[in-house]
Amino acid sequence: MPELRFGHAVNRALSDAMAADPSVIVLGEDVGEAGGSFGATRSLRERFGAERVLDTPISEAAIVGAAVGAAMSGLKPVVEIMFMDFVTLAMDALVNQAAKARFMFGGQTSVPMVLRTPHGGGVNAGPQHSQCLEAWFAHIPGLKVVCPSDAASAYGLLRAAIDDPDPVIFIENKSLYGRKADVPETLDILPLGKASVARAGRDATIVTYGAAVHTALSAASALARDGIEAEVLDLRSLQPWDEQAVLASLRRTHRLIVAHEAVEAFGVGAEIAARMADVGFDELDGPIVRVGAPFTPVPFSKTLEAGYLPGADAIVTAVRRTLE
Amino acid sequence: MHEDTERHPGRGADRGANRAEPAELYRTVRLIRRTEERLKDLFAAGEVPGFIHLSIGQEAISAGVMSALTPQDTIASTHRGHGHAIAKGLSLPGFFAELLGKEDGLCRGRGGSMHVADMSVGMLGANGIVAAGLSIAMGSALAHKTLKREAIAAVFFGDGALAEGVVHETFNLAKLWRLPLLFVCENNGWGEFLPTSKQISFKLADLAAAYGLPHDDVDGNNVFAVAESAHRAVGRIRAGEGPRILECRTTRVRGHYEGDAQKYRAPDEIKALAERDAVQLAALALTKQGSSEAELSAINDEVERTLDTAVEKARTGAEAAFETARREVYTREARS
Repeated sequence: MPELRFGHAVNRALSDAMAADPSVIVLGEDVGEAGGSFGATRSLRERFGAERVLDTPISEAAIVGAAVGAAMSGLKPVVEIMFMDFVTLAMDALVNQAAKARFMFGGQTSVPMVLRTPHGGGVNAGPQHSQCLEAWFAHIPGLKVVCPSDAASAYGLLRAAIDDPDPVIFIENKSLYGRKADVPETLDILPLGKASVARAGRDATIVTYGAAVHTALSAASALARDGIEAEVLDLRSLQPWDEQAVLASLRRTHRLIVAHEAVEAFGVGAEIAARMADVGFDELDGPIVRVGAPFTPVPFSKTLEAGYLPGADAIVTAVRRTLE
Repeated sequence: MHEDTERHPGRGADRGANRAEPAELYRTVRLIRRTEERLKDLFAAGEVPGFIHLSIGQEAISAGVMSALTPQDTIASTHRGHGHAIAKGLSLPGFFAELLGKEDGLCRGRGGSMHVADMSVGMLGANGIVAAGLSIAMGSALAHKTLKREAIAAVFFGDGALAEGVVHETFNLAKLWRLPLLFVCENNGWGEFLPTSKQISFKLADLAAAYGLPHDDVDGNNVFAVAESAHRAVGRIRAGEGPRILECRTTRVRGHYEGDAQKYRAPDEIKALAERDAVQLAALALTKQGSSEAELSAINDEVERTLDTAVEKARTGAEAAFETARREVYTREARS
């Protein structure tokens, strides 16, 4: 099996999508000549030209608004927003325009655009360059939200997101870009809305996504040393999320933990916990426990950020709690 | 979804070639005016849900600019966008049905007055967010350019929108990328309840100069003047000269929204607006050019008949049903 870095998988997905469909364009700050702040768009400009790989000024609102108009006029734009924190500047275009256009125009148009953006801490980037804001978008009818955990899912989900007729927020945890993983010889396009079992287990289900999948896998390894077999379910898509897969796993384990790097309060985990407390009530043999970041901004210093980020130990504690 | 034959023929082959003809320009301003006067009455009678923003007094801009555009050209509009939609040639029965909240409305009752759109004629939508249309139209212009179409995009916005930050971003980017985009500022002197002088510290012409954007100033109540300026501007954009601004001085006769008593305006100001009435000015000019009263009456009668049919059809349509709408948030859901 060949090895592939997460960032290279994103790059390959963009490159293959552009080769397959001439209406796909890439735009964003420093995506062209510089190849992207995290290198995800490297060499695309050389291969596809400046007309399809557009360096933009620092104008998030206009860039994303332009992507909406372009998507309504025959292009499939893939916008890069350099850090997820900067989506605040483009919220009207995303929430009032992209998300609404199909519905409020009575189905006359779709908005086939993708907004790629890195979230997450761990690099001491501080309060305005580290946030995980995915729950905001999962709350908006009309948007889809995807968050891959490894190279193969980054490739497969990004291809699916670009092919999708509706606006997709595609979130890449910045700690994953350099991470290598074994991938199949042929990378497949993966369906949006489908979860994947990252590790099978019988005693408890840890539902998670993005970089937290790896934290959950570490936790599962630690628990296994004590004879506790936790199942790790990688959601991959947050909107729509794979309710059937979560329920199916809960039916096997009867214990549920939801873990993510985003702030715990009002997060993705809250939605999953609430749904499972309803449709999965009869399956539960313990409390649903959430693991997420504390209710503070992401701090800067090494010690502060280390204290902030939810680690494997927090997931281990959560699993033990629900097994009590 | 809608048969072409249902559409008002303003965009059709029978009218397309002569949309800049004086009689046709008069017909369009008259059609917009009478459409909105009927909406005013329908609203007062409680048949139009929500709230509406009438463009009475500003019709010449829509008629004049659209006379320079083709059906392939795209436009983005505003909350005060009925005139833009009508002049671009959308289905009038579909328009009225939408405003009445009916299932056979252009947007099937999901959007209403502030979100009327007709993609089949390049009308990318009215918009409930001030200045949101600028970047959307810019994206449309980018698509035209990237896909090597001959089409251009145009965006309408009020003077009130000039205080929004995205205007700066869009002016800069459109100029930088030399996009086929016409910015049409409908300067009616008011932004909601405050005069422009209390909201905007600069002149659009000065702003345009800062971006290197060519700026034309025109009497927005004179449909012939608007048409002439628009044809010139659109011609230069089609020739590849990049984006430009057309600022149209106009008058908002009704309130910010229908039902706004406009206590903030001086009575003599509103009275003076009558002297600049776009429909009367167009009729007067036609008469001076030799049109007879009978010819004008014939146009007016045809407009009334068209509106009678459209309103009646809209009224008898079925109400929109939520059970259908809720399955249409995403494209593939709707198809399955």
